Amino acid sequence: MHQSELLPHLFRTEYSRITAVLCKTFGLENIEIAEDIASETFLAALEAWTYKGLPENPIAWLHAVAKNKTRNFLIRNQTFKSKVLPNLRATIPAHINYEPDLSDSNINDSVLQMIFAICHPSIPAGSQIGLALRVLCGFGIDEIASALITNKETVNKRLYRAKELLRREQVKLEIPDKVVIGKRLENVLLTLYLLFNEGYYSETHDSIIREDLCAEAMRLVYLLTSNPITDLPQVNALLALMCFHASRLEARKSKGGELILYGEQDSSLWNQELIGRGAYYLNKASVGTDISKYHLEASIAWWHTIPSDTGNKWQNILNLYHLLIQINYSPIADLNRIYAYSKVQGNRPAIIEAEKLKLTNNQYYYVLLGELYTGYNNENASANYLKALNLAKTIADKNCIREKISKLDGLIKF
Amino acid sequence: MKEYILIFRHEDGHKVASPEQIQIWMKQTMDWIGGIAAQNKFVGGKGLPFDECRVVHHNNLITNGPFGEIKETIGGYVIIKAETIDEAAEMAKGCPVLQGAGNTVEVRKIS
Repeated sequence: MHQSELLPHLFRTEYSRITAVLCKTFGLENIEIAEDIASETFLAALEAWTYKGLPENPIAWLHAVAKNKTRNFLIRNQTFKSKVLPNLRATIPAHINYEPDLSDSNINDSVLQMIFAICHPSIPAGSQIGLALRVLCGFGIDEIASALITNKETVNKRLYRAKELLRREQVKLEIPDKVVIGKRLENVLLTLYLLFNEGYYSETHDSIIREDLCAEAMRLVYLLTSNPITDLPQVNALLALMCFHASRLEARKSKGGELILYGEQDSSLWNQELIGRGAYYLNKASVGTDISKYHLEASIAWWHTIPSDTGNKWQNILNLYHLLIQINYSPIADLNRIYAYSKVQGNRPAIIEAEKLKLTNNQYYYVLLGELYTGYNNENASANYLKALNLAKTIADKNCIREKISKLDGLIKF
Repeated sequence: MKEYILIFRHEDGHKVASPEQIQIWMKQTMDWIGGIAAQNKFVGGKGLPFDECRVVHHNNLITNGPFGEIKETIGGYVIIKAETIDEAAEMAKGCPVLQGAGNTVEVRKIS
């Protein structure tokens, strides 16, 4: 039996599906039982498949084992409940279903409901991402700690707290009805976008984990687009945005793992298939009358997939940033707007615009000023880069800024 | 050619691994066994699931598995063919079980 015959990430994908269906059986308050049964199912596969080879239909095998384990658990629990527990509070609701429904349609519905439950507004963002990685993406505690650059204890605490909140808030496994879905969906998209960014901007040196985070976020958004209730324009726009960003994953890291900035990337490494898919979803998103921030960000990202610097490109990006900061202001969007402005109007007017912002505690503000002063007033550029260096927190950022300074030193000397 | 049994002992059989990790172990073990089979030295093997297990004690007492009383558990075994015990031990070195600190592979000749 060879490695290539195994389906990639099969266990991870099936983990979230089995867990979601079992949570429907046991109730979300018993999420740990669902997770245990799912984990035991994969241990059983480890013991059986390793020696006998892969079964003909691995997914059906896993589902059959999960069903058996569930039935055994419930029967055991029933005995315990009727004979041992009559005076204690039962943990399993009475209306249990002995046979979990592992049909495709129920799996997809359950996972979708699980996404909404985990992205419930009562759970803090940090815990949400941890819980999403654990329950929706089947990550282990070590993998989560590595992905979020924290330690196992913190991850365990966050997961524990998130599960407590699910219980206390009595979060139900359901897809919110049409009246409230907009608000709830907003939070779902934000969490999935954060999950993607965690991978895209992650400092972890494990490039596999980084790319997995992006891929998992995209898989979950894709799932939302495959259900008619959640196949909404803003969802397609977010998926388009992720495709465009992900198309540069390979080009933006050097062999040594250093970050390569957009302007210095080898555009032949940009993944054209992902760019094409992004364009498809952006097209699909262009219906209705609402323009979400994901529409604008996806459109900006689309213009970035065009390698050559035509005046037209940056003018369009600038217009989109103008719209974006009107509906969703953030200092980073504003800094990006000024970068686009410099590409259209030149550096001097952009410096005047930038210095109005006075974002003196933001490293990217000084990086932008350094960039804009380069070639026009190199000493000012250098001074700004030094301020940025003082504010930079991550090693990749610091190295990036140091490189800029050393290039400038060359310019000043010669 | 003699036959040897390689017995995998895990220090902590209850440690929770991620699905991805389990899948990686499975791939590694399959590759390891594949390498032995390619030399026509693989006889057979089995995993030992924890689902149905009992320990029968000397006074007719039957307990629900060996866990809790002993520190290590047996996760599975394979039987291989080798000329000498040293060759068998050399083959055992490649077993992915040994990636876990505290885990061992016991090599015994089958008479």
